[in-house]
Amino acid sequence: MDSAVRLNPAATAASGTPLLAVEDLAIRYVSGGASRRVVEDVSFSIAPGEVVALVGESGSGKTTTAQAVLGLLPANGMIERGAIRLDGTDITGWSDRRLSALRGTRMSLIPQDPTTSLNPVRTVGSQIAEILQIHGERDRGRIRARVLELLARVGLEPAEMRAQQYPHQLSGGMRQRVLIAIAVALRPGLIVADEPTSALDVTVQRRVLDLLDDLRREDGTAVLLVTHDLGVAADRADRVVVLRQGRIQEAGPVRQVLAAPRSDYARQLLADAPSLATPRARPAVPATAGVMLKVAGLTQTYPVVGERGRVFRAADDVSFEVRAGTTHALVGESGSGKTTTARCIAGFLRPTSGTVEVGGTDVARLSGEQLRQFRHKVQLVFQNPFASLDPRQTIGQIVEEPLRNFDPVPKAEREHRVRAMIGRVGLPDSVLGRPPAALSGGQRQRVAIARALVLKPRVVVLDEAVSALDVTVQARILELLDELQRELGLTYVFVSHDLAVVRLIADTVSVMRAGQVVESGPVETVFHAPAHDYTRDLIAAIPGGGGAAGKAAQ
Amino acid sequence: MTRQVAQKLGQALLVLLAAFTVAFVLLQALPGDAVLIKFLGSEMGLTAEQIAELRIAYGADAPVWEQYLHTLGNFLRGDFGYSIRSGVPVAQLLAENLPSTLWLALLALTAACLLALVLALLSQLEGFGWVRGLARSMPSLFVAVPVFWLGIMLIQVFSFQLGLVSVIAPEPWEELVLPVATLAVPISAPMAQVLIRNIDAVFGEPFVAVARAKGARHQWVLWRHVFRNALPATLTMAGVLFGELLGGAVVTETVFGLGGLGGMTQQAVANQDVAVLQAIVVLSAFAFVAISLLIDLLMPLLDPRLALRPAGAS
Repeated sequence: MDSAVRLNPAATAASGTPLLAVEDLAIRYVSGGASRRVVEDVSFSIAPGEVVALVGESGSGKTTTAQAVLGLLPANGMIERGAIRLDGTDITGWSDRRLSALRGTRMSLIPQDPTTSLNPVRTVGSQIAEILQIHGERDRGRIRARVLELLARVGLEPAEMRAQQYPHQLSGGMRQRVLIAIAVALRPGLIVADEPTSALDVTVQRRVLDLLDDLRREDGTAVLLVTHDLGVAADRADRVVVLRQGRIQEAGPVRQVLAAPRSDYARQLLADAPSLATPRARPAVPATAGVMLKVAGLTQTYPVVGERGRVFRAADDVSFEVRAGTTHALVGESGSGKTTTARCIAGFLRPTSGTVEVGGTDVARLSGEQLRQFRHKVQLVFQNPFASLDPRQTIGQIVEEPLRNFDPVPKAEREHRVRAMIGRVGLPDSVLGRPPAALSGGQRQRVAIARALVLKPRVVVLDEAVSALDVTVQARILELLDELQRELGLTYVFVSHDLAVVRLIADTVSVMRAGQVVESGPVETVFHAPAHDYTRDLIAAIPGGGGAAGKAAQ
Repeated sequence: MTRQVAQKLGQALLVLLAAFTVAFVLLQALPGDAVLIKFLGSEMGLTAEQIAELRIAYGADAPVWEQYLHTLGNFLRGDFGYSIRSGVPVAQLLAENLPSTLWLALLALTAACLLALVLALLSQLEGFGWVRGLARSMPSLFVAVPVFWLGIMLIQVFSFQLGLVSVIAPEPWEELVLPVATLAVPISAPMAQVLIRNIDAVFGEPFVAVARAKGARHQWVLWRHVFRNALPATLTMAGVLFGELLGGAVVTETVFGLGGLGGMTQQAVANQDVAVLQAIVVLSAFAFVAISLLIDLLMPLLDPRLALRPAGAS
């Protein structure tokens, strides 16, 4: 049809031309009258079959670079200069029509969030079939056979049944497998994987990345892996390119960059990756510290829809104690019951049975005004700082609101306390009048923390409070939480799917699975001498735990 | 599956009963009953005793709850009573006036859907920036136009100045084309707006980026992915607008001098013809409930996430 077909990978590979070569790339975004350069002087190349990781925090230009490679920049983005050569041919000036012939066949995408990356109203089978149809396959029998083959290949079986399911009937990990099946369907030379597992639990992340590794080895496919987590890059990439504010900070073989980073920023990233960081010793808990939170026999059941008499046990006989001023972590995959337990502690769910004592008061018995007053003592910080702040309030109003809900505090006093709290979480006074939309994800999470702390609670429940953040931002928030705990004597319940993060902040941990606590104890003990297979699985799933990181740490 | 459908049907019947009850209470609360209004006029010269007898004959003297049960029972049997003004059975009045209004409403709804669809597709046209802009500004214009004014203007232009559509002794299609246009234009505006906004929003979804990364081009993405995802909200909108359509029909029928529910309602209100009003209210509620039910049942076909039982799990 056009030059897309004439690109000959065999010929170019033999002559030593890289599969992909990005040369002096500069990209600019124009919005309204303003324009902003987001990528500058970026050059790197990928040989056939090689895995190169683009690493950086949000705003580093890593996703923009990946989008430019696929020719899928947003409408207001433009390539200012530079070249993107696929098998030696510069495709930067190509029309969308010409590029669309390359997409899917020569290069493909594995997107970030599997929950929103499949069309909800079409079966997964038809969405895999689509890529074959777009590129000219008409024979229904052949399409069907190939779809089933692909589903089986990514481990979704029975393939016949899976093909007829809709995305909402599959878990996040299964959806990502469907997206991988789509990406490898036409055996492209290059796969762009844009944060392919950031939205998944660590155990699922490992299985999905293992699958991707297997498939690309079989087909000899090169991968451009975009990630904020140096730990993931350490496990999966041959070479890394570290980006910050649109510029390359450092590039080289992954072992070299991890063992002896030359740039300050790479060193920073290395220190911030929870999986690669060495945990700081946590201050010893004074033996005199009393028990602040005591959960005993906590059970939460729900009736199973359509099956009379059967119940689903979201939390099943959960018990643990947390001493004042310490952090207790609840760790597990989605569906393990950790969030259910956290919500019972915060008084948002009334457990079916069992007790939750906070400072001697049984939360489960409170109701009405007593329960409302109890919220003074226990506050929640949620996972998603983009959804948990009212977009129509200013930051000042958001932090002030809890104060207005309880005992009357004079206006001047309220303002003083809001200002002090905003300063305490490391934000400038100037944010007070701004809406949440004007803040970054990390800043918003600081606001959410300020809102939780302004009532001077005794216990703070952190529900995946750092999971949606980049490693760099995550590291700063963890530091902040640590400081606040020591200064204010706070007790934390830290809910997370990531044992590496838990190790950095918690004193004690309960590992949960299918509603039950399978293992409990001091973090270092659980980490070094896990008693349960499931805990061992969780530990093994921590990215960067393998060869490269181990060597780097020494 | 059948259980959920039965549940929805039950809800629909409850809404109808509520509409009947509220209408009954409000109409009974009107000062003076229709018998008094009709016969108290001096020209008939009836005595107070004669009127009292008439009230007994019409059942207007019975306690309110008895009247309520009686009327409800009649309605359930399909007997809507007699117009107090003309003495004709209400069912007969409805049979005469309902079909033309229903035609008008359905044609207008269809036209509005088509108009909204065309505007939405034009708003996504590749390469013609000015057409896209124009299509996007149309809904605000449409919604701002008052129905009566539009009707008069359409008659002025198409009938009197261009002579295209005769308004005196018109053919059946001629009689309807301008009223349908008059009704459809303002109804299409919110539908087009919702559809355009949804299409734009769906284009920003990650699964659209995935489709493009598969090599799909704009038209393919629009038809295969975006359109069906943008449709459900528009369908809900269309259902809500159908109610507005019945109201709009009253004005339109008046402007164009068409017979129908519009004129019938107007007269019934003027005469406090309680029986007719009661029937009209229940009928309107029925139309509304039927459309909502239909949409509720259609939704799962458009969006499998709303399916009552998970598909494929047999």
